[in-house]
Amino acid sequence: MNGDGTVFARGLRKSYGDRVVLDSIDLDVACGEIVCLIGPSGSGKSTLLRCVDGLEEIDRGILRVNGEDLGFEETETAYRALGRKEIAAQRTRIGMVFQSFNLFPNMTARENVMSGPVLVRRTAKSEAASRADRLLTSVGLEGHGDHYPWQMSGGQQQRVAIARSLAMDPNVMLFDEPTSALDPERVGEVLAVMKGLAEQGMTMLVATHEMGFAREVADTVIFMDGGFIVEQGKPAEVLGQPKEARTQKFLEKVL
Amino acid sequence: MTFTSDPVRADPSGSDTQQDAATKPRVHSRGVLEYVAWAACALLALGVVHTLFANENYQWSIVTQYLTASTVLRGLVMTIVLTILSMTFGTLIALLLAVLRVSPLRPLRILAGAYITFFRGTPVLVQLIFWFNIAALYPHLAIGIPFTGLSHDINVNKLISATTAAVIGLSLNQAAYQAEIIRGGFASVDKGQIEAADSLGMSRMTKLRRVIIPQAMPTIVPATGNQFIGMFKETSLVSVLGVGELLQSVQLIYARTYQTIPLLIVACVWYLVMTIALSYPQAMIEKKFSRTRARVSNEPGLAPAQDGLMGGEAR
Repeated sequence: MNGDGTVFARGLRKSYGDRVVLDSIDLDVACGEIVCLIGPSGSGKSTLLRCVDGLEEIDRGILRVNGEDLGFEETETAYRALGRKEIAAQRTRIGMVFQSFNLFPNMTARENVMSGPVLVRRTAKSEAASRADRLLTSVGLEGHGDHYPWQMSGGQQQRVAIARSLAMDPNVMLFDEPTSALDPERVGEVLAVMKGLAEQGMTMLVATHEMGFAREVADTVIFMDGGFIVEQGKPAEVLGQPKEARTQKFLEKVL
Repeated sequence: MTFTSDPVRADPSGSDTQQDAATKPRVHSRGVLEYVAWAACALLALGVVHTLFANENYQWSIVTQYLTASTVLRGLVMTIVLTILSMTFGTLIALLLAVLRVSPLRPLRILAGAYITFFRGTPVLVQLIFWFNIAALYPHLAIGIPFTGLSHDINVNKLISATTAAVIGLSLNQAAYQAEIIRGGFASVDKGQIEAADSLGMSRMTKLRRVIIPQAMPTIVPATGNQFIGMFKETSLVSVLGVGELLQSVQLIYARTYQTIPLLIVACVWYLVMTIALSYPQAMIEKKFSRTRARVSNEPGLAPAQDGLMGGEAR
Protein backbone atom coordinates (compact mmCIF):
# COMPACT_ATOMS: atom_id res chain seq x y z
CA MET A 1 0.00 0.00 0.00
CA ASN A 2 1.32 3.44 -0.83
CA GLY A 3 0.49 4.92 2.56
CA ASP A 4 2.68 2.39 4.37
CA GLY A 5 4.87 3.84 7.06
CA THR A 6 3.12 7.19 7.21
CA VAL A 7 1.21 8.94 9.96
CA PHE A 8 -1.18 11.75 9.11
CA ALA A 9 -3.27 13.80 11.51
CA ARG A 10 -5.38 16.92 11.17
CA GLY A 11 -7.16 18.73 14.00
CA LEU A 12 -6.79 15.72 16.29
CA ARG A 13 -8.44 16.23 19.66
CA LYS A 14 -8.55 14.00 22.71
CA SER A 15 -10.08 14.66 26.10
CA TYR A 16 -10.75 12.77 29.30
CA GLY A 17 -14.11 14.11 30.43
CA ASP A 18 -13.76 17.88 30.55
CA ARG A 19 -9.98 17.83 30.44
CA VAL A 20 -8.62 18.31 26.93
CA VAL A 21 -5.28 16.52 26.71
CA LEU A 22 -4.60 16.88 22.98
CA ASP A 23 -5.90 19.67 20.78
CA SER A 24 -5.46 20.79 17.17
CA ILE A 25 -2.74 18.23 16.51
CA ASP A 26 -1.49 18.14 12.92
CA LEU A 27 1.08 15.50 11.99
CA ASP A 28 2.76 14.64 8.72
CA VAL A 29 5.16 11.77 9.15
CA ALA A 30 6.64 10.42 5.95
CA CYS A 31 7.78 6.85 5.42
CA GLY A 32 11.16 6.34 7.05
CA GLU A 33 11.02 9.61 8.97
CA ILE A 34 12.24 9.77 12.56
CA VAL A 35 10.16 12.11 14.71
CA CYS A 36 11.05 12.87 18.31
CA LEU A 37 8.36 14.25 20.58
CA ILE A 38 9.73 16.32 23.43
CA GLY A 39 8.08 18.33 26.15
CA PRO A 40 7.37 18.36 29.88
CA SER A 41 5.46 15.55 31.61
CA GLY A 42 1.75 15.83 30.95
CA SER A 43 2.31 17.71 27.70
CA GLY A 44 0.47 15.00 25.78
CA LYS A 45 3.33 13.23 24.01
CA SER A 46 2.48 9.83 25.49
CA THR A 47 -1.22 10.29 24.84
CA LEU A 48 -0.49 11.19 21.22
CA LEU A 49 1.50 7.98 20.77
CA ARG A 50 -1.24 5.97 22.47
CA CYS A 51 -3.77 7.49 20.05
CA VAL A 52 -1.57 6.58 17.09
CA ASP A 53 -1.41 2.98 18.42
CA GLY A 54 -5.17 2.91 18.86
CA LEU A 55 -4.96 2.42 22.63
CA GLU A 56 -6.91 5.65 23.07
CA GLU A 57 -9.81 6.72 20.91
CA ILE A 58 -9.67 10.27 19.59
CA ASP A 59 -12.67 12.59 19.97
CA ARG A 60 -12.36 14.51 16.77
CA GLY A 61 -10.13 15.05 13.77
CA ILE A 62 -8.41 12.92 11.18
CA LEU A 63 -5.90 10.21 12.11
CA ARG A 64 -4.49 7.99 9.41
CA VAL A 65 -1.74 5.49 10.06
CA ASN A 66 -0.27 3.49 7.17
CA GLY A 67 -2.67 5.41 4.94
CA GLU A 68 -5.81 4.08 6.69
CA ASP A 69 -8.16 5.80 9.11
CA LEU A 70 -7.27 4.23 12.45
CA GLY A 71 -10.01 2.16 14.06
CA PHE A 72 -12.72 3.86 12.03
CA GLU A 73 -14.08 3.97 8.55
CA GLU A 74 -15.09 7.27 7.01
CA THR A 75 -18.61 7.42 5.65
CA GLU A 76 -20.47 10.41 4.23
CA THR A 77 -21.80 11.52 7.61
CA ALA A 78 -19.55 9.98 10.25
CA TYR A 79 -16.62 7.84 11.22
CA ARG A 80 -17.95 4.36 11.82
CA ALA A 81 -16.04 2.12 14.27
CA LEU A 82 -14.36 -0.87 12.67
CA GLY A 83 -14.85 -4.40 13.97
CA ARG A 84 -12.50 -5.97 16.48
CA LYS A 85 -10.67 -8.03 13.88
CA GLU A 86 -10.07 -5.13 11.54
CA ILE A 87 -8.73 -3.00 14.38
CA ALA A 88 -6.46 -5.86 15.46
CA ALA A 89 -5.20 -6.18 11.87
CA GLN A 90 -4.36 -2.47 11.77
CA ARG A 91 -2.54 -2.77 15.08
CA THR A 92 -0.30 -5.56 13.87
CA ARG A 93 1.20 -3.04 11.44
CA ILE A 94 2.02 -0.56 14.22
CA GLY A 95 4.66 -1.44 16.81
CA MET A 96 4.57 0.05 20.29
CA VAL A 97 7.35 0.09 22.88
CA PHE A 98 6.25 1.07 26.38
CA GLN A 99 8.04 2.94 29.11
CA SER A 100 7.52 0.01 31.49
CA PHE A 101 8.45 -2.63 28.85
CA ASN A 102 5.26 -4.66 29.50
CA LEU A 103 6.92 -7.93 28.60
CA PHE A 104 4.72 -10.93 29.39
CA PRO A 105 6.27 -12.21 32.65
CA ASN A 106 4.90 -15.72 32.12
CA MET A 107 6.90 -16.12 28.91
CA THR A 108 10.61 -16.32 28.17
CA ALA A 109 12.29 -13.68 26.00
CA ARG A 110 11.92 -15.93 22.96
CA GLU A 111 8.26 -16.65 23.72
CA ASN A 112 7.64 -12.94 24.15
CA VAL A 113 9.07 -12.25 20.72
CA MET A 114 7.16 -15.21 19.26
CA SER A 115 3.87 -14.19 20.89
CA GLY A 116 2.71 -11.92 18.07
CA PRO A 117 3.51 -14.18 15.13
CA VAL A 118 2.30 -17.38 16.85
CA LEU A 119 -0.74 -16.17 18.78
CA VAL A 120 -1.96 -13.57 16.29
CA ARG A 121 -0.67 -14.58 12.86
CA ARG A 122 -0.70 -18.34 13.57
CA THR A 123 2.83 -18.72 12.24
CA ALA A 124 4.37 -22.17 12.78
CA LYS A 125 6.21 -22.30 16.11
CA SER A 126 9.54 -23.53 14.74
CA GLU A 127 9.60 -20.79 12.14
CA ALA A 128 8.61 -18.12 14.67
CA ALA A 129 11.24 -19.38 17.13
CA SER A 130 14.12 -19.13 14.66
CA ARG A 131 12.90 -15.69 13.59
CA ALA A 132 12.70 -14.69 17.28
CA ASP A 133 16.29 -15.82 17.85
CA ARG A 134 17.45 -13.76 14.86
CA LEU A 135 15.58 -10.73 16.17
CA LEU A 136 17.04 -11.19 19.66
CA THR A 137 20.50 -11.35 18.08
CA SER A 138 19.78 -8.17 16.17
CA VAL A 139 19.04 -6.31 19.41
CA GLY A 140 22.21 -7.69 20.96
CA LEU A 141 20.62 -10.43 23.07
CA GLU A 142 21.96 -13.56 21.48
CA GLY A 143 21.58 -16.52 23.84
CA HIS A 144 19.05 -14.80 26.10
CA GLY A 145 16.06 -16.53 24.50
CA ASP A 146 15.36 -18.82 27.47
CA HIS A 147 15.52 -16.10 30.10
CA TYR A 148 12.41 -14.82 31.77
CA PRO A 149 11.88 -11.06 32.06
CA TRP A 150 12.64 -11.14 35.82
CA GLN A 151 16.07 -12.55 35.03
CA MET A 152 16.98 -9.61 32.82
CA SER A 153 18.00 -6.02 33.41
CA GLY A 154 15.70 -3.20 32.38
CA GLY A 155 17.77 -2.44 29.31
CA GLN A 156 17.67 -6.06 28.22
CA GLN A 157 13.92 -6.26 28.83
CA GLN A 158 13.34 -3.14 26.76
CA ARG A 159 15.37 -4.59 23.89
CA VAL A 160 13.27 -7.77 24.05
CA ALA A 161 10.19 -5.54 23.91
CA ILE A 162 11.56 -3.86 20.77
CA ALA A 163 12.23 -7.27 19.21
CA ARG A 164 8.69 -8.37 20.13
CA SER A 165 7.24 -5.39 18.26
CA LEU A 166 9.53 -5.94 15.27
CA ALA A 167 8.42 -9.56 15.01
CA MET A 168 5.12 -8.35 13.59
CA ASP A 169 6.92 -6.49 10.79
CA PRO A 170 5.29 -3.15 11.57
CA ASN A 171 5.50 -0.22 9.19
CA VAL A 172 5.52 2.33 12.01
CA MET A 173 7.25 2.01 15.37
CA LEU A 174 6.13 4.04 18.37
CA PHE A 175 8.35 4.49 21.42
CA ASP A 176 6.75 5.87 24.56
CA GLU A 177 9.66 7.14 26.67
CA PRO A 178 11.53 3.87 26.15
CA THR A 179 14.49 4.78 28.36
CA SER A 180 12.79 6.70 31.18
CA ALA A 181 12.52 3.65 33.46
CA LEU A 182 16.11 2.55 32.94
CA ASP A 183 19.25 2.96 35.01
CA PRO A 184 21.39 5.67 33.41
CA GLU A 185 24.09 3.20 32.36
CA ARG A 186 21.49 1.06 30.57
CA VAL A 187 20.02 3.85 28.46
CA GLY A 188 22.75 3.69 25.82
CA GLU A 189 22.14 0.07 24.82
CA VAL A 190 18.47 0.74 24.09
CA LEU A 191 19.19 3.96 22.20
CA ALA A 192 21.79 2.10 20.11
CA VAL A 193 19.17 -0.44 19.03
CA MET A 194 16.75 2.38 18.16
CA LYS A 195 19.45 4.15 16.18
CA GLY A 196 20.14 0.98 14.20
CA LEU A 197 16.45 0.69 13.47
CA ALA A 198 16.33 4.30 12.28
CA GLU A 199 19.21 3.63 9.89
CA GLN A 200 17.25 0.75 8.36
CA GLY A 201 14.57 3.23 7.31
CA MET A 202 11.84 2.43 9.87
CA THR A 203 9.27 5.16 10.46
CA MET A 204 9.62 6.05 14.13
CA LEU A 205 7.75 8.29 16.56
CA VAL A 206 9.68 8.62 19.78
CA ALA A 207 8.50 10.41 22.90
CA THR A 208 11.71 11.04 24.80
CA HIS A 209 13.67 13.13 27.26
CA GLU A 210 16.95 12.12 25.59
CA MET A 211 17.85 15.38 23.85
CA GLY A 212 21.12 13.94 22.58
CA PHE A 213 19.25 11.16 20.78
CA ALA A 214 16.75 13.64 19.33
CA ARG A 215 19.54 15.90 18.06
CA GLU A 216 21.51 13.06 16.52
CA VAL A 217 18.88 10.74 15.09
CA ALA A 218 15.65 12.70 14.52
CA ASP A 219 14.63 14.18 11.19
CA THR A 220 11.99 16.25 12.94
CA VAL A 221 11.62 17.35 16.54
CA ILE A 222 8.20 18.29 17.86
CA PHE A 223 7.91 20.25 21.09
CA MET A 224 4.60 19.76 22.85
CA ASP A 225 3.11 21.56 25.82
CA GLY A 226 -0.37 21.54 27.35
CA GLY A 227 -1.74 19.23 24.64
CA PHE A 228 -0.63 21.43 21.75
CA ILE A 229 2.24 21.21 19.31
CA VAL A 230 4.13 24.38 20.15
CA GLU A 231 6.97 24.13 17.69
CA GLN A 232 8.36 21.67 15.18
CA GLY A 233 11.21 21.51 12.73
CA LYS A 234 14.71 20.17 12.18
CA PRO A 235 16.47 19.21 15.42
CA ALA A 236 19.07 21.92 14.93
CA GLU A 237 16.32 24.54 14.66
CA VAL A 238 14.05 23.41 17.49
CA LEU A 239 16.80 22.41 19.88
CA GLY A 240 19.38 24.95 18.70
CA GLN A 241 17.42 28.11 17.94
CA PRO A 242 13.93 27.66 19.34
CA LYS A 243 11.53 30.39 18.19
CA GLU A 244 8.88 30.02 20.86
CA ALA A 245 9.46 31.32 24.37
CA ARG A 246 7.90 28.19 25.87
CA THR A 247 10.35 25.96 24.00
CA GLN A 248 13.29 28.10 25.10
CA LYS A 249 12.20 27.89 28.71
CA PHE A 250 11.84 24.09 28.55
CA LEU A 251 15.20 23.60 26.85
CA GLU A 252 16.96 25.84 29.35
CA LYS A 253 15.83 23.48 32.09
CA VAL A 254 16.67 20.15 30.43
CA LEU A 255 19.88 20.91 28.56
CA MET B 1 48.33 -5.63 70.78
CA THR B 2 48.20 -3.56 67.65
CA PHE B 3 47.70 0.12 67.67
CA THR B 4 44.48 1.33 66.08
CA SER B 5 43.08 4.71 65.28
CA ASP B 6 39.51 3.47 65.86
CA PRO B 7 38.27 5.58 68.78
CA VAL B 8 36.07 2.80 70.14
CA ARG B 9 38.78 0.19 70.23
CA ALA B 10 41.37 2.62 71.38
CA ASP B 11 39.45 3.28 74.58
CA PRO B 12 42.28 3.99 77.05
CA SER B 13 40.40 2.62 80.06
CA GLY B 14 39.69 -0.70 78.30
CA SER B 15 41.32 -3.68 79.91
CA ASP B 16 41.86 -7.17 78.48
CA THR B 17 39.02 -8.65 80.50
CA GLN B 18 36.46 -6.28 79.02
CA GLN B 19 34.84 -7.39 75.74
CA ASP B 20 35.63 -5.54 72.57
CA ALA B 21 32.88 -2.92 72.10
CA ALA B 22 32.63 -3.73 68.41
CA THR B 23 31.70 -7.37 69.00
CA LYS B 24 29.40 -7.14 72.03
CA PRO B 25 26.05 -8.80 71.37
CA ARG B 26 22.93 -6.66 71.29
CA VAL B 27 20.21 -7.91 73.64
CA HIS B 28 16.60 -6.96 74.20
CA SER B 29 14.97 -7.58 77.54
CA ARG B 30 11.49 -9.09 77.51
CA GLY B 31 8.80 -6.82 78.91
CA VAL B 32 6.78 -7.72 81.99
CA LEU B 33 3.69 -7.84 79.79
CA GLU B 34 5.03 -10.86 77.91
CA TYR B 35 5.46 -12.85 81.13
CA VAL B 36 1.97 -11.87 82.24
CA ALA B 37 0.58 -13.03 78.88
CA TRP B 38 2.43 -16.35 79.14
CA ALA B 39 1.07 -16.91 82.63
CA ALA B 40 -2.49 -16.08 81.62
CA CYS B 41 -2.35 -18.40 78.62
CA ALA B 42 -0.88 -21.23 80.66
CA LEU B 43 -3.63 -20.82 83.24
CA LEU B 44 -6.30 -20.89 80.55
CA ALA B 45 -4.78 -23.99 78.93
CA LEU B 46 -4.64 -25.75 82.28
CA GLY B 47 -8.29 -24.93 82.92
CA VAL B 48 -9.34 -26.30 79.51
CA VAL B 49 -7.33 -29.51 79.90
CA HIS B 50 -8.66 -29.98 83.42
CA THR B 51 -12.30 -29.69 82.43
CA LEU B 52 -11.79 -31.94 79.38
CA PHE B 53 -10.65 -34.76 81.64
CA ALA B 54 -12.49 -34.02 84.87
CA ASN B 55 -15.92 -33.62 83.29
CA GLU B 56 -17.15 -37.13 82.63
CA ASN B 57 -19.89 -35.92 80.31
CA TYR B 58 -17.32 -35.72 77.52
CA GLN B 59 -17.28 -39.53 77.54
CA TRP B 60 -13.92 -39.91 75.81
CA SER B 61 -14.29 -43.68 75.60
CA ILE B 62 -17.36 -43.19 73.39
CA VAL B 63 -15.42 -40.70 71.25
CA THR B 64 -12.60 -43.15 70.62
CA GLN B 65 -15.08 -45.93 70.05
CA TYR B 66 -16.91 -44.08 67.25
CA LEU B 67 -13.97 -42.18 65.76
CA THR B 68 -13.28 -44.95 63.26
CA ALA B 69 -16.75 -46.47 63.10
CA SER B 70 -17.68 -47.45 59.56
CA THR B 71 -20.72 -45.12 59.49
CA VAL B 72 -18.54 -42.19 60.49
CA LEU B 73 -15.84 -43.07 57.95
CA ARG B 74 -18.46 -43.40 55.21
CA GLY B 75 -19.73 -39.97 56.19
CA LEU B 76 -16.21 -38.60 56.02
CA VAL B 77 -15.74 -39.99 52.51
CA MET B 78 -19.06 -38.45 51.46
CA THR B 79 -17.94 -35.09 52.84
CA ILE B 80 -14.70 -35.30 50.86
CA VAL B 81 -16.54 -36.30 47.67
CA LEU B 82 -19.05 -33.45 48.10
CA THR B 83 -16.21 -30.99 48.65
CA ILE B 84 -14.32 -32.07 45.55
CA LEU B 85 -17.41 -32.15 43.31
CA SER B 86 -18.74 -28.79 44.51
CA MET B 87 -15.36 -27.11 44.19
CA THR B 88 -14.81 -28.50 40.68
CA PHE B 89 -18.22 -27.53 39.31
CA GLY B 90 -18.19 -24.29 41.27
CA THR B 91 -14.83 -23.24 39.85
CA LEU B 92 -15.85 -24.08 36.27
CA ILE B 93 -19.05 -22.06 36.54
CA ALA B 94 -17.10 -19.29 38.28
CA LEU B 95 -14.62 -19.03 35.41
CA LEU B 96 -17.50 -18.60 32.99
CA LEU B 97 -19.10 -15.98 35.26
CA ALA B 98 -15.83 -14.08 35.64
CA VAL B 99 -15.36 -13.96 31.87
CA LEU B 100 -18.95 -12.75 31.43
CA ARG B 101 -18.34 -10.19 34.15
CA VAL B 102 -15.60 -8.53 32.09
CA SER B 103 -17.36 -8.99 28.75
CA PRO B 104 -17.64 -5.95 26.47
CA LEU B 105 -21.32 -6.85 26.06
CA ARG B 106 -23.32 -5.14 28.78
CA PRO B 107 -26.21 -7.66 28.94
CA LEU B 108 -23.74 -10.44 29.73
CA ARG B 109 -22.11 -8.33 32.44
CA ILE B 110 -25.52 -7.65 33.96
CA LEU B 111 -26.44 -11.34 33.79
CA ALA B 112 -23.29 -12.40 35.63
CA GLY B 113 -23.72 -9.57 38.13
CA ALA B 114 -27.31 -10.59 38.84
CA TYR B 115 -26.28 -14.21 39.39
CA ILE B 116 -23.55 -13.22 41.82
CA THR B 117 -25.85 -10.81 43.68
CA PHE B 118 -28.54 -13.46 44.06
CA PHE B 119 -26.34 -16.32 45.18
CA ARG B 120 -24.25 -14.22 47.52
CA GLY B 121 -27.29 -12.41 48.83
CA THR B 122 -29.27 -15.43 50.02
CA PRO B 123 -28.19 -17.95 52.68
CA VAL B 124 -26.64 -21.11 51.30
CA LEU B 125 -28.76 -23.18 53.69
CA VAL B 126 -31.91 -21.74 52.15
CA GLN B 127 -30.56 -22.38 48.66
CA LEU B 128 -29.86 -26.01 49.52
CA ILE B 129 -33.39 -26.60 50.80
CA PHE B 130 -34.69 -24.79 47.73
CA TRP B 131 -32.84 -27.10 45.32
CA PHE B 132 -34.01 -30.12 47.30
CA ASN B 133 -37.60 -28.98 46.77
CA ILE B 134 -37.19 -27.75 43.22
CA ALA B 135 -39.58 -30.47 42.00
CA ALA B 136 -42.40 -28.60 43.73
CA LEU B 137 -41.69 -25.63 41.48
CA TYR B 138 -40.90 -27.48 38.25
CA PRO B 139 -42.24 -31.05 38.43
CA HIS B 140 -41.17 -31.76 34.89
CA LEU B 141 -38.00 -30.69 33.17
CA ALA B 142 -38.14 -30.68 29.40
CA ILE B 143 -34.91 -30.71 27.47
CA GLY B 144 -35.45 -29.39 23.98
CA ILE B 145 -35.69 -26.31 21.82
CA PRO B 146 -38.21 -23.79 23.16
CA PHE B 147 -41.45 -23.24 21.21
CA THR B 148 -40.73 -26.03 18.74
CA GLY B 149 -42.32 -28.99 20.49
CA LEU B 150 -39.08 -30.92 20.21
CA SER B 151 -38.40 -32.00 23.76
CA HIS B 152 -37.73 -34.80 26.15
CA ASP B 153 -39.47 -34.89 29.51
CA ILE B 154 -37.62 -35.70 32.70
CA ASN B 155 -39.20 -36.32 36.08
CA VAL B 156 -37.51 -33.78 38.32
CA ASN B 157 -38.45 -35.59 41.54
CA LYS B 158 -36.42 -38.59 40.44
CA LEU B 159 -33.59 -36.53 39.04
CA ILE B 160 -32.97 -34.38 42.11
CA SER B 161 -31.95 -36.68 44.92
CA ALA B 162 -30.67 -35.22 48.18
CA THR B 163 -27.09 -35.66 46.98
CA THR B 164 -27.60 -33.99 43.60
CA ALA B 165 -29.45 -31.15 45.30
CA ALA B 166 -26.48 -30.81 47.65
CA VAL B 167 -23.93 -30.74 44.83
CA ILE B 168 -26.01 -28.30 42.76
CA GLY B 169 -26.66 -26.02 45.72
CA LEU B 170 -23.07 -25.96 46.94
CA SER B 171 -21.63 -25.60 43.42
CA LEU B 172 -23.88 -22.74 42.38
CA ASN B 173 -23.24 -20.91 45.63
CA GLN B 174 -19.52 -21.54 45.47
CA ALA B 175 -19.45 -20.30 41.87
CA ALA B 176 -20.70 -16.87 42.94
CA TYR B 177 -17.91 -16.42 45.50
CA GLN B 178 -15.28 -18.01 43.31
CA ALA B 179 -16.26 -15.75 40.38
CA GLU B 180 -15.41 -12.73 42.49
CA ILE B 181 -12.04 -14.26 43.37
CA ILE B 182 -11.27 -14.90 39.71
CA ARG B 183 -12.43 -11.43 38.75
CA GLY B 184 -10.13 -10.01 41.43
CA GLY B 185 -7.32 -12.04 39.88
CA PHE B 186 -8.08 -10.59 36.45
CA ALA B 187 -8.09 -7.10 37.95
CA SER B 188 -4.68 -7.71 39.53
CA VAL B 189 -3.06 -8.06 36.11
CA ASP B 190 -1.20 -4.89 35.18
CA LYS B 191 -3.01 -2.73 32.63
CA GLY B 192 0.19 -2.47 30.62
CA GLN B 193 0.04 -6.20 29.95
CA ILE B 194 -3.34 -5.85 28.29
CA GLU B 195 -2.13 -2.86 26.31
CA ALA B 196 0.91 -4.81 25.13
CA ALA B 197 -1.36 -7.67 24.03
CA ASP B 198 -3.71 -5.22 22.30
CA SER B 199 -0.79 -3.55 20.62
CA LEU B 200 0.22 -6.88 19.09
CA GLY B 201 -3.35 -7.33 17.83
CA MET B 202 -4.28 -10.28 20.07
CA SER B 203 -7.91 -11.37 20.09
CA ARG B 204 -9.90 -11.30 23.34
CA MET B 205 -9.69 -15.06 23.81
CA THR B 206 -5.95 -15.18 23.17
CA LYS B 207 -5.40 -12.30 25.54
CA LEU B 208 -7.42 -14.05 28.24
CA ARG B 209 -5.81 -17.47 27.79
CA ARG B 210 -2.21 -16.47 27.21
CA VAL B 211 -1.78 -13.22 29.11
CA ILE B 212 -4.47 -12.58 31.71
CA ILE B 213 -5.22 -16.02 33.19
CA PRO B 214 -1.57 -17.14 33.60
CA GLN B 215 -0.79 -13.90 35.40
CA ALA B 216 -3.94 -13.97 37.51
CA MET B 217 -3.16 -17.46 38.85
CA PRO B 218 -0.87 -16.29 41.68
CA THR B 219 -3.80 -14.29 43.04
CA ILE B 220 -6.51 -16.84 42.33
CA VAL B 221 -4.94 -20.13 43.44
CA PRO B 222 -4.19 -19.34 47.12
CA ALA B 223 -7.65 -17.81 47.59
CA THR B 224 -9.18 -20.92 46.01
CA GLY B 225 -7.28 -23.07 48.49
CA ASN B 226 -8.95 -21.13 51.28
CA GLN B 227 -12.32 -21.65 49.64
CA PHE B 228 -11.60 -25.38 49.47
CA ILE B 229 -10.99 -25.53 53.20
CA GLY B 230 -14.12 -23.47 53.77
CA MET B 231 -16.16 -25.76 51.53
CA PHE B 232 -15.03 -28.77 53.50
CA LYS B 233 -16.81 -27.40 56.55
CA GLU B 234 -19.68 -25.89 54.58
CA THR B 235 -20.74 -29.36 53.42
CA SER B 236 -22.02 -29.97 56.95
CA LEU B 237 -25.02 -27.82 55.96
CA VAL B 238 -26.31 -30.49 53.60
CA SER B 239 -27.02 -32.72 56.60
CA VAL B 240 -30.40 -30.95 56.68
CA LEU B 241 -31.21 -32.64 53.35
CA GLY B 242 -30.41 -36.03 54.83
CA VAL B 243 -27.26 -36.54 52.79
CA GLY B 244 -25.08 -39.06 54.62
CA GLU B 245 -22.04 -36.85 55.12
CA LEU B 246 -19.95 -36.58 58.27
CA LEU B 247 -22.32 -34.53 60.43
CA GLN B 248 -25.40 -36.47 59.29
CA SER B 249 -23.70 -39.79 60.04
CA VAL B 250 -22.90 -38.82 63.63
CA GLN B 251 -26.39 -37.37 64.01
CA LEU B 252 -27.85 -40.73 62.96
CA ILE B 253 -25.82 -42.45 65.65
CA TYR B 254 -26.64 -40.09 68.52
CA ALA B 255 -30.32 -40.09 67.55
CA ARG B 256 -30.19 -43.73 68.49
CA THR B 257 -27.80 -43.68 71.46
CA TYR B 258 -28.39 -40.14 72.86
CA GLN B 259 -24.60 -39.66 73.12
CA THR B 260 -24.85 -36.26 71.45
CA ILE B 261 -21.74 -34.55 72.80
CA PRO B 262 -19.20 -37.34 72.27
CA LEU B 263 -20.42 -37.88 68.72
CA LEU B 264 -20.30 -34.19 67.88
CA ILE B 265 -16.72 -34.30 69.18
CA VAL B 266 -16.06 -37.17 66.78
CA ALA B 267 -17.28 -35.00 63.88
CA CYS B 268 -15.24 -32.03 65.10
CA VAL B 269 -12.09 -34.13 65.38
CA TRP B 270 -12.44 -35.23 61.76
CA TYR B 271 -13.22 -31.72 60.49
CA LEU B 272 -10.22 -30.42 62.40
CA VAL B 273 -7.88 -33.17 61.20
CA MET B 274 -8.89 -32.67 57.57
CA THR B 275 -8.66 -28.88 57.80
CA ILE B 276 -5.18 -29.06 59.29
CA ALA B 277 -4.19 -31.63 56.66
CA LEU B 278 -5.44 -29.28 53.93
CA SER B 279 -3.79 -26.24 55.51
CA TYR B 280 -0.34 -27.61 54.85
CA PRO B 281 -0.60 -27.89 51.06
CA GLN B 282 -2.52 -24.60 51.12
CA ALA B 283 0.41 -22.90 52.86
CA MET B 284 2.83 -24.47 50.37
CA ILE B 285 0.76 -23.27 47.42
CA GLU B 286 0.51 -19.81 48.92
CA LYS B 287 4.26 -19.67 49.41
CA LYS B 288 4.99 -20.92 45.91
CA PHE B 289 2.63 -18.44 44.32
CA SER B 290 3.72 -15.48 46.38
CA ARG B 291 7.20 -16.14 45.04
CA THR B 292 5.86 -16.33 41.51
CA ARG B 293 3.99 -13.11 42.10
CA ALA B 294 7.17 -11.33 43.14
CA ARG B 295 8.90 -12.78 40.13
CA VAL B 296 6.24 -11.91 37.58
CA SER B 297 5.84 -8.36 38.78
CA ASN B 298 7.10 -6.41 35.84
CA GLU B 299 8.16 -3.30 37.68
CA PRO B 300 11.25 -1.96 35.94
CA GLY B 301 13.07 -1.17 39.17
CA LEU B 302 12.69 -4.66 40.61
CA ALA B 303 14.47 -6.53 37.86
CA PRO B 304 17.78 -7.98 38.97
CA ALA B 305 20.55 -6.71 36.74
CA GLN B 306 23.28 -9.20 37.65
CA ASP B 307 24.19 -11.58 34.87
CA GLY B 308 25.03 -14.18 37.49
CA LEU B 309 21.34 -14.73 38.18
CA MET B 310 20.62 -15.75 34.64
CA GLY B 311 19.29 -19.20 34.16
CA GLY B 312 19.03 -19.88 37.86
CA GLU B 313 16.50 -19.35 40.59
CA ALA B 314 16.80 -15.93 42.12
CA ARG B 315 16.36 -16.73 45.76
